[in-house]
Amino acid sequence: MSDIIYNKFDWEVQPPHLHPDYKSTVFRAPTKPLIALKQSLAELSGPVFGDFNLGPLDHDLSKNSIVNGEPLGERIVVHGKVMNENGQSIPNTLIEIWQANSCGRYVHKVDQHDAPLDPNFLGAGRCMTDSEGNYKFYTIKPGAYPWGNHYNAWRPNHIHFSLFGANITNRLVTQMYFPGDPLLQYDPIFLGVPPKGRELLISKFDLSITEDNFALGYRFDFVLRGNNATPFENI
Amino acid sequence: MKQTPSQTVGPYFAYGLTPEQYLYDFRSLADNKMVSFTDHPEAIQIEGQVFDGQGNVIPDAMLEIWLKDSENGLFGRFGTGTETGNKFVFHTLKPKPFANEAPFLSVILFMRGQLIHSYTRIYFEDEQALNAKDEVLNSIPAERRNTLIAQKTKYGYRFDIHMQGDQETVFFDI
Ligand SMILES: [Fe+2]
Repeated sequence: MSDIIYNKFDWEVQPPHLHPDYKSTVFRAPTKPLIALKQSLAELSGPVFGDFNLGPLDHDLSKNSIVNGEPLGERIVVHGKVMNENGQSIPNTLIEIWQANSCGRYVHKVDQHDAPLDPNFLGAGRCMTDSEGNYKFYTIKPGAYPWGNHYNAWRPNHIHFSLFGANITNRLVTQMYFPGDPLLQYDPIFLGVPPKGRELLISKFDLSITEDNFALGYRFDFVLRGNNATPFENI
Repeated sequence: MKQTPSQTVGPYFAYGLTPEQYLYDFRSLADNKMVSFTDHPEAIQIEGQVFDGQGNVIPDAMLEIWLKDSENGLFGRFGTGTETGNKFVFHTLKPKPFANEAPFLSVILFMRGQLIHSYTRIYFEDEQALNAKDEVLNSIPAERRNTLIAQKTKYGYRFDIHMQGDQETVFFDI
Protein backbone atom coordinates (compact mmCIF):
# COMPACT_ATOMS: atom_id res chain seq x y z
CA MET A 1 0.00 0.00 0.00
CA SER A 2 1.33 3.44 -0.85
CA ASP A 3 1.72 5.93 1.93
CA ILE A 4 -0.02 8.83 0.26
CA ILE A 5 -2.18 10.64 2.75
CA TYR A 6 -4.78 13.14 1.62
CA ASN A 7 -5.15 16.41 3.49
CA LYS A 8 -8.12 16.82 5.79
CA PHE A 9 -10.74 19.53 5.62
CA ASP A 10 -9.06 22.93 5.93
CA TRP A 11 -11.16 24.58 8.64
CA GLU A 12 -9.60 27.94 7.79
CA VAL A 13 -11.88 28.00 4.76
CA GLN A 14 -14.45 25.22 5.33
CA PRO A 15 -17.74 26.00 7.08
CA PRO A 16 -18.44 24.41 10.47
CA HIS A 17 -21.19 21.85 10.94
CA LEU A 18 -23.04 24.12 13.35
CA HIS A 19 -23.79 27.64 12.16
CA PRO A 20 -26.89 28.79 14.08
CA ASP A 21 -27.69 31.70 11.72
CA TYR A 22 -28.50 28.94 9.22
CA LYS A 23 -31.28 27.52 11.34
CA SER A 24 -31.46 24.02 9.85
CA THR A 25 -27.95 23.30 11.16
CA VAL A 26 -29.14 23.47 14.77
CA PHE A 27 -30.70 20.00 14.90
CA ARG A 28 -28.72 18.46 12.07
CA ALA A 29 -25.10 19.20 12.97
CA PRO A 30 -23.18 16.45 14.77
CA THR A 31 -22.46 17.59 18.35
CA LYS A 32 -19.80 15.08 19.39
CA PRO A 33 -16.21 15.36 18.23
CA LEU A 34 -15.42 13.63 14.94
CA ILE A 35 -13.30 10.50 15.35
CA ALA A 36 -9.96 10.61 13.56
CA LEU A 37 -9.65 7.86 10.98
CA LYS A 38 -6.51 6.55 9.37
CA GLN A 39 -7.15 6.59 5.62
CA SER A 40 -7.43 3.07 4.27
CA LEU A 41 -8.00 1.71 0.77
CA ALA A 42 -11.69 2.60 1.11
CA GLU A 43 -10.90 6.29 1.63
CA LEU A 44 -8.15 6.32 -0.99
CA SER A 45 -10.46 5.09 -3.74
CA GLY A 46 -13.80 6.18 -5.13
CA PRO A 47 -16.25 5.80 -7.98
CA VAL A 48 -15.03 6.59 -11.48
CA PHE A 49 -17.35 8.06 -14.10
CA GLY A 50 -16.44 8.33 -17.75
CA ASP A 51 -17.46 10.42 -20.74
CA PHE A 52 -19.60 7.51 -21.85
CA ASN A 53 -21.85 8.10 -18.84
CA LEU A 54 -22.95 11.50 -20.16
CA GLY A 55 -25.66 12.40 -22.62
CA PRO A 56 -24.81 14.63 -25.61
CA LEU A 57 -26.55 17.72 -24.11
CA ASP A 58 -25.70 17.13 -20.46
CA HIS A 59 -23.21 20.02 -20.63
CA ASP A 60 -25.79 22.48 -21.99
CA LEU A 61 -28.60 23.26 -19.56
CA SER A 62 -29.89 25.90 -21.98
CA LYS A 63 -30.69 23.13 -24.48
CA ASN A 64 -31.07 19.84 -22.64
CA SER A 65 -34.76 20.16 -21.85
CA ILE A 66 -36.17 22.18 -24.69
CA VAL A 67 -39.81 21.32 -25.39
CA ASN A 68 -41.04 24.13 -27.62
CA GLY A 69 -38.49 26.95 -27.52
CA GLU A 70 -35.45 28.43 -25.83
CA PRO A 71 -35.53 28.81 -22.05
CA LEU A 72 -36.02 32.40 -20.84
CA GLY A 73 -33.24 34.33 -19.16
CA GLU A 74 -29.66 35.35 -19.62
CA ARG A 75 -27.56 32.71 -21.38
CA ILE A 76 -24.17 32.19 -19.73
CA VAL A 77 -21.12 29.99 -20.20
CA VAL A 78 -19.18 28.86 -17.12
CA HIS A 79 -15.67 27.49 -17.33
CA GLY A 80 -12.68 26.84 -15.11
CA LYS A 81 -10.26 24.25 -13.86
CA VAL A 82 -10.45 21.51 -11.27
CA MET A 83 -7.22 21.25 -9.29
CA ASN A 84 -6.02 19.96 -5.95
CA GLU A 85 -4.28 21.90 -3.19
CA ASN A 86 -0.93 20.85 -4.63
CA GLY A 87 -1.86 22.77 -7.79
CA GLN A 88 -2.18 19.62 -9.90
CA SER A 89 -5.05 19.61 -12.37
CA ILE A 90 -7.65 16.84 -12.08
CA PRO A 91 -8.44 15.43 -15.52
CA ASN A 92 -11.52 13.42 -16.53
CA THR A 93 -13.50 14.07 -13.40
CA LEU A 94 -17.25 14.43 -13.21
CA ILE A 95 -19.00 17.71 -12.31
CA GLU A 96 -22.72 17.53 -11.58
CA ILE A 97 -24.74 20.74 -11.83
CA TRP A 98 -28.19 21.85 -10.65
CA GLN A 99 -29.83 25.24 -10.25
CA ALA A 100 -33.00 27.33 -10.24
CA ASN A 101 -34.33 28.87 -13.45
CA SER A 102 -33.96 32.56 -14.34
CA CYS A 103 -36.96 33.41 -12.12
CA GLY A 104 -35.50 31.69 -9.06
CA ARG A 105 -37.73 28.62 -9.26
CA TYR A 106 -36.55 25.01 -8.96
CA VAL A 107 -38.22 22.20 -10.84
CA HIS A 108 -38.13 20.23 -7.56
CA LYS A 109 -41.65 19.36 -6.39
CA VAL A 110 -40.92 20.67 -2.89
CA ASP A 111 -40.16 24.19 -4.17
CA GLN A 112 -43.30 26.26 -3.58
CA HIS A 113 -41.88 29.68 -4.48
CA ASP A 114 -44.51 31.61 -6.41
CA ALA A 115 -42.40 32.21 -9.51
CA PRO A 116 -42.99 30.58 -12.88
CA LEU A 117 -41.51 27.31 -14.01
CA ASP A 118 -39.98 27.39 -17.47
CA PRO A 119 -41.26 24.54 -19.65
CA ASN A 120 -37.95 24.58 -21.52
CA PHE A 121 -35.61 24.48 -18.55
CA LEU A 122 -34.90 21.64 -16.14
CA GLY A 123 -31.81 23.08 -14.45
CA ALA A 124 -29.78 19.87 -14.23
CA GLY A 125 -26.64 18.98 -16.14
CA ARG A 126 -23.12 17.63 -15.88
CA CYS A 127 -19.77 17.72 -17.59
CA MET A 128 -16.30 16.22 -17.31
CA THR A 129 -12.96 17.94 -17.06
CA ASP A 130 -10.66 17.41 -20.05
CA SER A 131 -7.12 16.04 -19.95
CA GLU A 132 -5.92 19.34 -18.46
CA GLY A 133 -8.61 19.60 -15.81
CA ASN A 134 -10.64 22.23 -17.66
CA TYR A 135 -14.41 22.18 -17.88
CA LYS A 136 -17.09 24.29 -19.58
CA PHE A 137 -20.86 24.26 -19.67
CA TYR A 138 -23.71 26.46 -20.85
CA THR A 139 -26.75 27.46 -18.84
CA ILE A 140 -29.17 30.26 -17.98
CA LYS A 141 -28.22 32.58 -15.13
CA PRO A 142 -30.24 31.44 -12.10
CA GLY A 143 -32.49 33.91 -10.28
CA ALA A 144 -32.52 34.73 -6.56
CA TYR A 145 -35.22 33.07 -4.48
CA PRO A 146 -36.76 33.48 -1.03
CA TRP A 147 -36.41 30.84 1.68
CA GLY A 148 -37.83 30.34 5.14
CA ASN A 149 -34.75 30.86 7.29
CA HIS A 150 -35.83 34.27 8.60
CA TYR A 151 -37.98 37.24 7.57
CA ASN A 152 -37.15 38.40 4.05
CA ALA A 153 -34.46 35.77 3.55
CA TRP A 154 -33.30 35.54 -0.08
CA ARG A 155 -30.65 33.27 -1.52
CA PRO A 156 -28.17 35.05 -3.79
CA ASN A 157 -27.98 33.76 -7.38
CA HIS A 158 -26.08 30.48 -7.28
CA ILE A 159 -25.34 27.26 -9.11
CA HIS A 160 -25.00 23.98 -7.16
CA PHE A 161 -22.10 21.63 -7.93
CA SER A 162 -21.04 18.12 -6.95
CA LEU A 163 -17.52 16.78 -7.58
CA PHE A 164 -15.78 13.49 -6.79
CA GLY A 165 -12.07 13.98 -7.51
CA ALA A 166 -9.46 11.34 -6.80
CA ASN A 167 -11.22 9.47 -3.98
CA ILE A 168 -13.95 9.83 -1.38
CA THR A 169 -11.87 12.17 0.79
CA ASN A 170 -12.02 14.61 -2.17
CA ARG A 171 -15.82 14.69 -2.30
CA LEU A 172 -17.11 18.24 -2.70
CA VAL A 173 -20.63 19.65 -2.87
CA THR A 174 -20.71 23.41 -3.13
CA GLN A 175 -22.36 26.48 -4.65
CA MET A 176 -20.93 29.09 -7.01
CA TYR A 177 -22.02 32.71 -6.64
CA PHE A 178 -21.83 35.71 -8.97
CA PRO A 179 -19.66 38.83 -8.57
CA GLY A 180 -21.22 41.89 -6.99
CA ASP A 181 -24.36 40.18 -5.70
CA PRO A 182 -25.85 42.43 -2.97
CA LEU A 183 -27.53 39.43 -1.31
CA LEU A 184 -24.25 37.74 -0.37
CA GLN A 185 -23.75 39.92 2.71
CA TYR A 186 -27.09 38.71 4.13
CA ASP A 187 -26.93 35.02 3.24
CA PRO A 188 -26.23 32.76 6.24
CA ILE A 189 -25.26 29.85 3.97
CA PHE A 190 -22.56 31.89 2.23
CA LEU A 191 -21.57 33.55 5.52
CA GLY A 192 -21.23 30.10 7.12
CA VAL A 193 -17.88 29.98 5.32
CA PRO A 194 -15.05 31.67 7.28
CA PRO A 195 -14.11 35.08 5.82
CA LYS A 196 -10.93 33.64 4.31
CA GLY A 197 -12.90 31.19 2.18
CA ARG A 198 -15.75 33.39 0.93
CA GLU A 199 -14.02 34.91 -2.11
CA LEU A 200 -13.30 31.38 -3.32
CA LEU A 201 -17.02 30.83 -3.89
CA ILE A 202 -17.55 33.87 -6.11
CA SER A 203 -17.09 33.40 -9.83
CA LYS A 204 -15.39 36.07 -11.95
CA PHE A 205 -16.85 37.68 -15.01
CA ASP A 206 -14.60 36.65 -17.91
CA LEU A 207 -14.72 38.59 -21.18
CA SER A 208 -12.26 36.14 -22.76
CA ILE A 209 -14.79 33.30 -22.58
CA THR A 210 -17.80 35.51 -23.28
CA GLU A 211 -19.20 34.57 -26.68
CA ASP A 212 -20.02 37.43 -29.04
CA ASN A 213 -23.77 37.81 -29.58
CA PHE A 214 -24.40 34.67 -27.55
CA ALA A 215 -23.47 34.27 -23.86
CA LEU A 216 -21.74 36.03 -20.96
CA GLY A 217 -18.75 34.13 -19.57
CA TYR A 218 -17.85 33.38 -15.95
CA ARG A 219 -14.79 31.64 -14.55
CA PHE A 220 -14.90 29.39 -11.50
CA ASP A 221 -12.05 27.12 -10.38
CA PHE A 222 -12.42 24.22 -7.98
CA VAL A 223 -9.68 23.15 -5.58
CA LEU A 224 -10.05 19.69 -4.06
CA ARG A 225 -7.96 18.26 -1.26
CA GLY A 226 -4.29 17.71 -1.95
CA ASN A 227 -1.94 15.07 -0.60
CA ASN A 228 1.52 14.67 0.88
CA ALA A 229 3.09 13.17 -2.26
CA THR A 230 6.24 14.91 -3.48
CA PRO A 231 5.40 16.66 -6.75
CA PHE A 232 6.78 14.80 -9.75
CA GLU A 233 9.75 16.59 -11.25
CA ASN A 234 10.64 16.44 -14.91
CA ILE A 235 14.41 15.99 -15.11
CA MET B 1 -3.92 26.63 -3.08
CA LYS B 2 -6.87 26.78 -0.71
CA GLN B 3 -9.68 24.18 -0.79
CA THR B 4 -12.95 25.29 -2.33
CA PRO B 5 -15.32 25.65 0.63
CA SER B 6 -18.25 23.27 0.90
CA GLN B 7 -21.86 24.49 0.77
CA THR B 8 -25.03 22.62 1.60
CA VAL B 9 -26.61 20.26 -0.94
CA GLY B 10 -29.85 22.10 -0.04
CA PRO B 11 -33.39 20.78 -0.30
CA TYR B 12 -33.58 20.67 -4.11
CA PHE B 13 -30.82 18.26 -5.13
CA ALA B 14 -33.09 15.46 -6.31
CA TYR B 15 -33.59 16.33 -9.98
CA GLY B 16 -29.85 16.84 -10.42
CA LEU B 17 -28.33 14.04 -8.35
CA THR B 18 -31.03 11.36 -7.97
CA PRO B 19 -33.39 12.22 -10.85
CA GLU B 20 -34.76 8.79 -11.76
CA GLN B 21 -35.47 7.89 -8.13
CA TYR B 22 -37.61 11.05 -7.84
CA LEU B 23 -39.18 10.56 -11.31
CA TYR B 24 -37.55 13.49 -13.09
CA ASP B 25 -36.79 13.29 -16.78
CA PHE B 26 -32.99 13.11 -16.50
CA ARG B 27 -30.81 10.02 -16.39
CA SER B 28 -29.28 9.01 -13.05
CA LEU B 29 -25.58 8.18 -12.97
CA ALA B 30 -25.96 6.20 -9.75
CA ASP B 31 -28.79 4.63 -7.78
CA ASN B 32 -29.33 2.33 -4.80
CA LYS B 33 -28.92 -0.92 -6.72
CA MET B 34 -25.18 -1.28 -6.33
CA VAL B 35 -25.70 -4.89 -7.43
CA SER B 36 -28.78 -6.81 -8.51
CA PHE B 37 -30.13 -9.78 -6.63
CA THR B 38 -30.47 -11.60 -9.95
CA ASP B 39 -26.74 -11.43 -10.68
CA HIS B 40 -25.74 -11.76 -7.04
CA PRO B 41 -27.95 -14.05 -4.97
CA GLU B 42 -25.63 -13.28 -2.03
CA ALA B 43 -26.50 -9.55 -2.20
CA ILE B 44 -27.83 -7.86 0.92
CA GLN B 45 -30.35 -5.11 1.55
CA ILE B 46 -29.54 -2.33 4.00
CA GLU B 47 -32.21 0.10 5.09
CA GLY B 48 -32.61 2.76 7.70
CA GLN B 49 -33.66 6.28 8.55
CA VAL B 50 -31.81 9.48 9.37
CA PHE B 51 -32.94 11.32 12.53
CA ASP B 52 -32.38 14.92 13.56
CA GLY B 53 -31.73 16.18 17.08
CA GLN B 54 -35.45 16.32 17.84
CA GLY B 55 -36.00 12.70 16.87
CA ASN B 56 -37.69 13.59 13.59
CA VAL B 57 -36.96 11.55 10.49
CA ILE B 58 -35.08 13.62 7.92
CA PRO B 59 -36.92 13.49 4.57
CA ASP B 60 -34.35 15.35 2.46
CA ALA B 61 -31.02 13.67 3.14
CA MET B 62 -28.90 12.00 0.48
CA LEU B 63 -26.61 9.07 1.23
CA GLU B 64 -23.77 7.77 -0.84
CA ILE B 65 -22.27 4.36 -0.15
CA TRP B 66 -18.85 3.25 -1.32
CA LEU B 67 -17.76 -0.37 -1.10
CA LYS B 68 -14.12 -1.12 -1.79
CA ASP B 69 -12.68 -4.58 -1.28
CA SER B 70 -10.21 -6.84 -3.06
CA GLU B 71 -12.77 -7.62 -5.77
CA ASN B 72 -15.13 -4.69 -6.14
CA GLY B 73 -15.57 -0.95 -6.11
CA LEU B 74 -19.29 -0.30 -5.89
CA PHE B 75 -21.03 3.04 -5.55
CA GLY B 76 -24.63 3.80 -4.60
CA ARG B 77 -26.65 6.95 -4.03
CA PHE B 78 -30.17 7.42 -2.65
CA GLY B 79 -32.31 10.24 -1.26
CA THR B 80 -34.65 9.83 1.71
CA GLY B 81 -37.59 11.52 -0.02
CA THR B 82 -39.33 8.68 -1.83
CA GLU B 83 -39.71 5.57 0.39
CA THR B 84 -42.43 5.20 3.02
CA GLY B 85 -41.12 6.42 6.36
CA ASN B 86 -38.45 8.37 4.46
CA LYS B 87 -36.20 5.35 4.56
CA PHE B 88 -33.09 4.79 2.55
CA VAL B 89 -32.59 1.38 0.98
CA PHE B 90 -29.48 -0.03 -0.72
CA HIS B 91 -28.80 -3.34 -2.42
CA THR B 92 -25.14 -4.15 -2.10
CA LEU B 93 -22.68 -6.88 -1.29
CA LYS B 94 -21.10 -7.53 2.03
CA PRO B 95 -17.49 -6.45 1.47
CA LYS B 96 -14.75 -9.07 1.65
CA PRO B 97 -12.71 -8.35 4.77
CA PHE B 98 -9.03 -7.53 4.51
CA ALA B 99 -6.74 -9.24 7.00
CA ASN B 100 -7.64 -8.36 10.58
CA GLU B 101 -10.11 -5.73 9.46
CA ALA B 102 -13.85 -6.01 9.93
CA PRO B 103 -15.83 -5.51 6.70
CA PHE B 104 -17.51 -2.13 6.32
CA LEU B 105 -19.16 0.22 3.87
CA SER B 106 -18.19 3.91 3.67
CA VAL B 107 -21.08 6.38 3.92
CA ILE B 108 -21.11 10.01 2.82
CA LEU B 109 -24.10 11.93 4.10
CA PHE B 110 -25.52 15.17 2.70
CA MET B 111 -28.55 17.21 3.67
CA ARG B 112 -30.07 20.65 3.96
CA GLY B 113 -28.73 21.97 7.26
CA GLN B 114 -25.27 20.52 6.68
CA LEU B 115 -22.89 23.09 5.27
CA ILE B 116 -20.38 20.28 4.86
CA HIS B 117 -20.98 16.56 4.39
CA SER B 118 -20.36 13.88 7.03
CA TYR B 119 -18.54 10.57 6.78
CA THR B 120 -19.49 7.43 8.65
CA ARG B 121 -19.18 3.66 8.20
CA ILE B 122 -21.53 0.70 8.32
CA TYR B 123 -20.20 -2.42 10.07
CA PHE B 124 -22.17 -5.66 10.45
CA GLU B 125 -23.65 -7.22 13.57
CA ASP B 126 -22.92 -10.77 12.42
CA GLU B 127 -19.15 -10.18 12.15
CA GLN B 128 -18.55 -10.27 15.88
CA ALA B 129 -15.14 -11.90 15.79
CA LEU B 130 -13.70 -9.41 13.28
CA ASN B 131 -15.50 -6.46 14.85
CA ALA B 132 -14.01 -7.32 18.25
CA LYS B 133 -10.43 -6.98 17.03
CA ASP B 134 -10.95 -4.20 14.48
CA GLU B 135 -8.57 -1.30 14.98
CA VAL B 136 -11.03 1.41 13.92
CA LEU B 137 -13.92 0.09 16.01
CA ASN B 138 -11.60 -0.24 18.99
CA SER B 139 -10.51 3.38 18.60
CA ILE B 140 -14.09 4.46 19.33
CA PRO B 141 -15.37 4.77 22.90
CA ALA B 142 -17.17 1.49 23.69
CA GLU B 143 -20.52 3.15 24.38
CA ARG B 144 -20.60 4.72 20.90
CA ARG B 145 -19.28 1.76 18.91
CA ASN B 146 -22.67 0.18 18.28
CA THR B 147 -23.87 3.30 16.40
CA LEU B 148 -21.79 1.98 13.50
CA ILE B 149 -23.12 -1.56 13.52
CA ALA B 150 -25.98 -2.54 11.24
CA GLN B 151 -28.44 -4.91 12.91
CA LYS B 152 -29.52 -8.09 11.19
CA THR B 153 -33.23 -8.22 10.36
CA LYS B 154 -35.55 -10.55 8.49
CA TYR B 155 -34.90 -8.57 5.30
CA GLY B 156 -31.21 -7.84 5.57
CA TYR B 157 -29.71 -5.13 7.75
CA ARG B 158 -31.00 -2.06 9.52
CA PHE B 159 -28.76 0.97 10.02
CA ASP B 160 -30.20 4.19 11.46
CA ILE B 161 -28.25 7.43 11.56
CA HIS B 162 -28.75 9.88 14.43
CA MET B 163 -27.30 13.33 13.86
CA GLN B 164 -27.49 14.21 17.56
CA GLY B 165 -28.62 12.89 20.95
CA ASP B 166 -27.76 9.88 23.14
CA GLN B 167 -27.45 7.65 20.11
CA GLU B 168 -25.53 10.15 17.97
CA THR B 169 -23.80 8.26 15.18
CA VAL B 170 -20.03 8.32 15.09
CA PHE B 171 -18.81 10.56 12.27
CA PHE B 172 -15.23 10.44 11.09
CA ASP B 173 -12.61 13.04 10.41
CA ILE B 174 -10.95 11.61 7.31
FE1 LIG C 1 -30.20 26.55 -4.26
